Amino acid sequence: MLKLTAIKRRDAFELNVAIEVATPGVVALFGGSGCGKTTLINIVAGLLHAEQATIEVDGTVLENSSAGVRLAPEQRRIGYVFQDSRLFPHLNVLANLRYGERRAPAQARRIAFDKVVDLLALHGLLQRRPFALSGGERQRVALGRALLSQPRLLLLDEPLASLDAARRDEVIPYLEMLRDEFALPIVYVSHQFEEVLRLASHVVLMDRGQAIAQGGIEAISLNPALRAIVGADAIGSVLTGSIVAADSHTGLASIQVGAGIVHVSLRDAKPGAKVRVQVLARDVILASREPQGLSVRNVLKGAIASIAADDAETDLVHVDVGGAVILSRVTRAASVALDLKQGMPVWVLVKAVSIRGHAFLAPAT
Amino acid sequence: MLSAAELDAVALSLNVALRSVLASVPCAILVAWWLARSRSRGRLVLDALVHLPLVLPPVVIGYLLLLMFGMRGWFGGWLHDTFGIQLIFTRAGAALATAVMTFPLVVRAIRISLEGADPGLEEAARTLGAGPWDRFFTITLPLMLPGVLAGAVTAFAAGLGEFGAVITFVSNIPGETRTLPLALYTALQTPGGEAMAARLAAISFTLGLAGLLVAELIARRMRRAMGR
Repeated sequence: MLKLTAIKRRDAFELNVAIEVATPGVVALFGGSGCGKTTLINIVAGLLHAEQATIEVDGTVLENSSAGVRLAPEQRRIGYVFQDSRLFPHLNVLANLRYGERRAPAQARRIAFDKVVDLLALHGLLQRRPFALSGGERQRVALGRALLSQPRLLLLDEPLASLDAARRDEVIPYLEMLRDEFALPIVYVSHQFEEVLRLASHVVLMDRGQAIAQGGIEAISLNPALRAIVGADAIGSVLTGSIVAADSHTGLASIQVGAGIVHVSLRDAKPGAKVRVQVLARDVILASREPQGLSVRNVLKGAIASIAADDAETDLVHVDVGGAVILSRVTRAASVALDLKQGMPVWVLVKAVSIRGHAFLAPAT
Repeated sequence: MLSAAELDAVALSLNVALRSVLASVPCAILVAWWLARSRSRGRLVLDALVHLPLVLPPVVIGYLLLLMFGMRGWFGGWLHDTFGIQLIFTRAGAALATAVMTFPLVVRAIRISLEGADPGLEEAARTLGAGPWDRFFTITLPLMLPGVLAGAVTAFAAGLGEFGAVITFVSNIPGETRTLPLALYTALQTPGGEAMAARLAAISFTLGLAGLLVAELIARRMRRAMGR
């Protein structure tokens, strides 16, 4: 179990968050800049003082203000990967990696040096100095350094934020591998929903210092508060399902979602694997009658669970497709023309190609 | 080529400058560290105090040292009676006067390299399990090393030529406190000493220039090693 509660006031800003989740797993702190994500993990790491805080990892209390317990950061064994990597410039990669490892108590050693170097592909970098590394390499070394300090909890503060899109795609698979390989609780700070989609098992939506919503990513993806953070074009329901069939020729995988099947472009898909897809609301077409003769691969039958005005011209429609909900963003004019009403049966149309890039193998937990 | 007296003066200058650097560097590290990291108000006062030798006439520094470390000075008598240490009229005294005069140079150099170093690195070391002393010796000190070396070399070069504070505090005793600039001054006061003065001036010039070049080279090499 991971328990984090913190209250901190600073001028007009108040941080007030309480999180309690099962371990291991990835808790994603998601929100716009200035919402208090980094403040919260600095409190968790012990680098910032909070008026009130409880930090408990798997039964070990690291801070409890009411009991007067507050361990120094160097005694917490919390690995921290900073946005700007913070590798020690006067040490080579090897010495950076060993820095935390050497200071970890012997009985806590469970993450082996060779394994980390293997997984993060650091062999060729060991003798280099940090300035001779690319941004992506730097973050991989920082990850390795934090892991080797044998942490009981790993904090990742927007580890991809300083990287361009290509470098980001290069590092994400390593993060997924770490999540699956070492059963470590991870707190992941991000303002990129795509990262959250790929990594998180529990999402905390933060705004102005408060946790405005938290839970599984499927439920969070439907939360109106998310719309305010990511914007109209980026919202869409997240669906989790198992692969029931995979066609290696076309690269299409069929996923059981609710009562229907969704086809998505997914390489290396194996039947039985769990998959997470995000279907952007703006890519979802609704039909009031069963459509025929279309190239669209995904046609799911469902019923309208709710309709809400999204802005002046568009409505956001929640369609229940037999246990799962798909969001569709339609113009008000279309909504009126089709006479969309709550409870009405509709067909949901999604092009398989528009899901490409949003389908990922789901976290094991 | 050089007379025994001239060689004496050069050797003495090297000796005094080296001792002054050895004495000032550890203090300068502590002071620079505190100045760069502390947010207390005492910082301003200490900062001004450290830089005083740059703006005061060196004679004043020499005079203050006399007041403090003269045989009847505030500490001088106590030092002599308790430890048998005499600073006035000795090389050790010359080294002390030189150290005080060059102290701001060392502090400045260290502080600049420390301020260029990200304090976030110390935080990172904390999360990796390093306590305060551990952090100081494995992160902070290595990060200020370029400044320490550059400052030490500059101070050494400057210390070879310290005049006013030295002559005021420890006088001009051949073989004991007559360093290079004092010998040069004496030569100028002596009829027929022009040739000697010129040679000593040339030596001063060469040593000073070499010192500055070495300091710059060290700073550059270390910056490059850290990719800054």
